[in-house]
Amino acid sequence: MQTKGPDNVYFFGTCLVDLFYPQAGMAGMELLKREGIRVVFPQGQSCCGQPAYNSGYRDEALKVARAQVALFTEDWPIVVPSGSCSGMIKTHYPDLFKGEPDEAQAVAVAGRTYELTQFLVHILNVKLEDKGEPVRITWHASCHAQREMGVLDEPKALLRQLANVELVELKREKECCGFGGTFAVRHPEISAAMVEDKVADIEGTGAKAVVSGDCGCLMNINGALDAGRKPVKGKHIAEFLMERIHGSH
Amino acid sequence: MAPTDVNFGRASRTALKDQQLRANFRRAMDGLMSKRAVQFADPKEWHAMRALGASVRVRALSKLPELLEQLEANCTRNGITVHWASTTDEANAIVLKIMQDVNAKLAVKGKSMVSEEMHLNAFLEKHGIESLEADLGEYIVQLDHEMPSHIIMPAIHKNTKQIAHLFREKIKEAEYTEDVAQLTDLARRVLRKKFMNADVGISGVNAAVAETGTLCLVENEGNGRMVTTVPSVHIAVMGLEKVVEKLEDVPPVLSLLTRSATAQPITTYVNMITSPRKEGEKDGPREIHLVILDNGRSKIYADEELRHTLRCIRCGACMNHCPVYTRVGGHAFEAPYPGPIGSILVPQMEGLGKRGELPHACTMCNACVEICPVKIPIVEIMGRLRQEAVHPGDAVKDAGACASMAEALIWKGWAVMNSSPTTYRFATTIAAKLGNAAPASLPLLKEWTSVRSKPRFAGRTLHDLAREKGIPDA
Repeated sequence: MQTKGPDNVYFFGTCLVDLFYPQAGMAGMELLKREGIRVVFPQGQSCCGQPAYNSGYRDEALKVARAQVALFTEDWPIVVPSGSCSGMIKTHYPDLFKGEPDEAQAVAVAGRTYELTQFLVHILNVKLEDKGEPVRITWHASCHAQREMGVLDEPKALLRQLANVELVELKREKECCGFGGTFAVRHPEISAAMVEDKVADIEGTGAKAVVSGDCGCLMNINGALDAGRKPVKGKHIAEFLMERIHGSH
Repeated sequence: MAPTDVNFGRASRTALKDQQLRANFRRAMDGLMSKRAVQFADPKEWHAMRALGASVRVRALSKLPELLEQLEANCTRNGITVHWASTTDEANAIVLKIMQDVNAKLAVKGKSMVSEEMHLNAFLEKHGIESLEADLGEYIVQLDHEMPSHIIMPAIHKNTKQIAHLFREKIKEAEYTEDVAQLTDLARRVLRKKFMNADVGISGVNAAVAETGTLCLVENEGNGRMVTTVPSVHIAVMGLEKVVEKLEDVPPVLSLLTRSATAQPITTYVNMITSPRKEGEKDGPREIHLVILDNGRSKIYADEELRHTLRCIRCGACMNHCPVYTRVGGHAFEAPYPGPIGSILVPQMEGLGKRGELPHACTMCNACVEICPVKIPIVEIMGRLRQEAVHPGDAVKDAGACASMAEALIWKGWAVMNSSPTTYRFATTIAAKLGNAAPASLPLLKEWTSVRSKPRFAGRTLHDLAREKGIPDA
């Protein structure tokens, strides 16, 4: 059953997408636009504040978070192509803003925030037509998507709509890839041990690509795949879906 | 004794080089996780059980001072002598005094993490008293002069072969065997003799019931039953948070504990200890002492957010599910409590000056939070401690000890950049264009590229692309 989506949505691109994976951001907005929605990208946006928040600098995180909250003045959903950044807004903004003058606004923003695939599946009930060549892929579930946003089945449901895509699940699908923000540089050796295991798991599936909804994980996994000269590539789900719809891959 | 020069980074690097250790942990943790999952296969039952377990613990903590007084009164009425220790030194001194009063030379011990916190064995040995671990895992690590690497399975870092060699080397009558039944039997023979000759039995406490003055102890080997019944004096040590209000609070807590810890619906032995041997009874200890230890817990209790740390029922499931613990093992944490719960508990007990790095031994993946049977917000507390470590204050011991002017300045600059659209645009435009030229030897990039290629800046930002494509800004 087709659900009627909202007329307008805000798109919060995230800083990692902005700098490293802008095509994933564009693809995310395309996926929304093709459902007849007007997508608004506030040019004033930067980062959700998570890096400072998780490093113990809450005042600094609040300053940045406040600048984002102020952008979303209309009562529209906020769609984020990341489980981690949407998780920051949805689950941590209410705490971060507690007792602040703009607390109510922040809580409202948190309540209207969706991870992209969650929005595509639950709000828009999208139907995808696969025009790509047959391919085997695997899915990397980000920790915050699963455990903060409760998103695990949604992206896989979207991928399973694609007729020519064979989705092979990872053996340890729920295990962290070792990124963890500053963890990757504070404890590079442990992070390395983790991402090596993730890469081995990915290779074990025989997949040509590993698709994920979080660019932090992708940076980590792609960095390790590339350093190990593996043929597998990591790709953001928005970009992957758009390629399949257009048949460019 | 407590290591004075602790360094998680260094210890974890050493652990990572030990391929055998990594394989042992990986195999063991995989097994524990899958067995636990079977115990909680029904999500509805799981949610109901942990809601109940959490509520029992939260209720107990909400009236902790009152319950402790009630526990003391009821234990005393039952004939159990209650002692209060604010530090581990005090607790050790109390135990020693009790032992000296009965001229004890040999103590047998059941598993107790509080006694590890006290470094009790080393302390007693210094005073000429032999203190022998009677739990098989604890016995193994004691033989090898190690600390437990897991709070439930102290010797989980060793495989059968390593234990076989250890027994051959350390136990006189041992012949080399890798047969688990034979190894267990060997330890059993050694321990039996000790049980019969011990002057004092020392145990931990899984839950102490305030309304009845009952000490509950779960175990699988019968050693707990032996140490609490055979010697004529039994000393139980517990952290002051272990109290529950009512007898009916015990079953849900124990059920969550044993399912989460060892995937058992119930342990082989459940000991409920309410009094020493009474007139006319034929067995049981003549004296029971309960030592209640603070060691920083009341400071943790004083902060409403940090207080959640004290809900812990010591099941160890957070370790089993932690991707960091699985890679480096328990010894890398150099603390009685390793893994996620250790990374929030130990810094609060020992101070952020010495242990400020532990809350960073975490990717914040939330796997522990997902399975914690009493719903401790471990990762939130991890974040709070990271904050306390760099900001001076009174809530946590040595708050502000990790503050660095340079780091603070970086985050201030980051906040300015990310809260002003013009500076953000300026900075990201430059980074996107020139960032790829940054040498891999730069700090942070150097650590990143130790196993990964440099992240590639896209050249044009999403802001640029959105503007070009005419995507509306409002």
